[in-house]
Amino acid sequence: MSVTPHMPDHPAALALARRHSLRWWESLPWIAALAFFFAYPNHLGFGTELLIMVLFAISLDLALGYAGIITLGHAAFFGAGAYTVGILAHHGIWNEPLTGLALAALVAAAVGFLSGLVLLRTTGLTFLMLTLCTMLMLEEAANLGHHWTGGFDGLPSLNIPPLFGVFEFNPLIPKTQFLYVLGVLFLCFLFVRMLAYSPFGQGLTGIRENTLRMHAVGAPVRTRLVVCYTISAAIAGIAGGIWAQANAYVNLGTLGLDRAATVLIILVLGGFGRLYGAFVGAVAYMVLAHFLSKIYPTAWQLGLGLLLVVIALFARGGMLGIGEVLMQRLRPKIPPKEPASRPSP
Amino acid sequence: MIFTVDNIASMLLGGMAAGMVLFIVSVGLSVTMGLMGFANLAHGAFAMLGGYIVVLVMRHWGVGFALALAISFVLTAAISMVFERLLYSRLYKAGELDQVLFTIGLCFVFIASLTVFVGPENQPLTLPDALRGQLDLGLLQYRTYSIFLIVVGVAIAIGLWFGFERTRFGAQIRAAVDNRRMAESLGINIDRLFAVTFGFGSGMAALGGGLGAEFLGLDPQYALKYLVFFLIVVSVGGLGSIAGVFWASLIIGVLDFVLKKYLPQGGTLFIYALAILLLLWRPQGLFGKPA
Repeated sequence: MSVTPHMPDHPAALALARRHSLRWWESLPWIAALAFFFAYPNHLGFGTELLIMVLFAISLDLALGYAGIITLGHAAFFGAGAYTVGILAHHGIWNEPLTGLALAALVAAAVGFLSGLVLLRTTGLTFLMLTLCTMLMLEEAANLGHHWTGGFDGLPSLNIPPLFGVFEFNPLIPKTQFLYVLGVLFLCFLFVRMLAYSPFGQGLTGIRENTLRMHAVGAPVRTRLVVCYTISAAIAGIAGGIWAQANAYVNLGTLGLDRAATVLIILVLGGFGRLYGAFVGAVAYMVLAHFLSKIYPTAWQLGLGLLLVVIALFARGGMLGIGEVLMQRLRPKIPPKEPASRPSP
Repeated sequence: MIFTVDNIASMLLGGMAAGMVLFIVSVGLSVTMGLMGFANLAHGAFAMLGGYIVVLVMRHWGVGFALALAISFVLTAAISMVFERLLYSRLYKAGELDQVLFTIGLCFVFIASLTVFVGPENQPLTLPDALRGQLDLGLLQYRTYSIFLIVVGVAIAIGLWFGFERTRFGAQIRAAVDNRRMAESLGINIDRLFAVTFGFGSGMAALGGGLGAEFLGLDPQYALKYLVFFLIVVSVGGLGSIAGVFWASLIIGVLDFVLKKYLPQGGTLFIYALAILLLLWRPQGLFGKPA
């Protein structure tokens, strides 16, 4: 029997040990967000919306990018969170922002856990259809239960008290909203980043790459998928809840196919299965949509359609994937250093 | 009074007519999804294109309804075969995500193009005089067009069943659905089979789009508006099963008709719930073969 010698300076060991350490460029999104806060005080509403979409896309990335759960109904959890905040605030049951978010996460997690437990038995097209139908069913349920949900009109002008009892949510100058969302996004991102580099995250990647082999090595595949789906749902619920708080209203659009398709497109545009794909995709999509869709709505739709076709056919890694390929082309090719003596097997 | 004979009969007839349109549109989707395993979300876009061709050809060339439907079938089938050869065929081996993105993108392109070239407003379809008005069925009077749709739908179902079960081409399709590699090694030209089947399926969608335009309306959002219904019919019926699509279309057509009438707000909830329960009970659909 051969014992692998302890080799802390082996390139593979070094790469593994450094894999999750912070890089300098990882601070860029946060610096950019703070710069945006000071540079464009008149566009903070748009900025808030953008940050919420980043958070929502990150939650989808965990399920779709890391675990390979291809869902068309992720807005179900966004809507569950939004309606939790909306219903509690509208009926005067509970409206404190931070605990409200926790409740939104809890409700969305419950929806994710229950639906995941049942739906994740299926795969492929059947799963796609089931997630789509579950989301549409929730949307119709919200439409039907108008005593609680306000039906088609939704719940307007929610009363959200100041954050920490100090910072008012001003609908005209959404400074509090922006910083509040930025803070929540930062915490959620740290959590997802930790999860992605953890053994659990590695297990998810394994399931995505080869489910059969993960079964064969004895990994609890279904349990991991359900746990991942639940966590993803909880984060989507936080995104939905914070959307409801920042906008002070809820409507059926939070649960609809449009939102589910948008977040999918954002994630794919940026590049899924990469931590920063959600950021790049959301910025690209939201900025273009913000400027183009009002002036040339048809050109925007045509361009978006062509972009999706091109990405699906040629650039599956999205914008970050294209960037990576370009970086590799530009980088001078250095042969990887081999250790002087290789351990004999 | 809900449960009078008149009422039940008229609901059944109306629902069946809607169901027949669903069937004609969805049957092509079912066969292509069963045959190629392709999540084609652009099928509704081909149905929409077919509807537009029918309306435009009737308006500008002054041809009759039947001829317009035939032209629409041929044109849409030809266009879709070009798409299949050039683009779809590259993604047969890709995962569902790429297929979904590609076909959603295609939907957007169709929607934007029709908005630019035809306009964003609803395109009304004028039926020929023979199909307008009421038909006396003895027991009750009913819309002639609905009866016409039911007759056409049943005729198409019988024709497709015959073609699928009794002709050489149908046998090739069934063989390829059951075991693609085996069919290929027996000398069936799979590429040609895919292209022809895809074209035929899109042609059927165009036919359904034209036949249903009168009561479904026809605007650029059509491609996405009814897509979920087509997908539900196909997955509930079972991929690649003509009988499955037929019965699923009838059930969903009648159910939708009744719910729209008595529970206009949120009634679709029950259709989604039914679809979820059916798919959990039989993931392969009512008539599908277990994978």
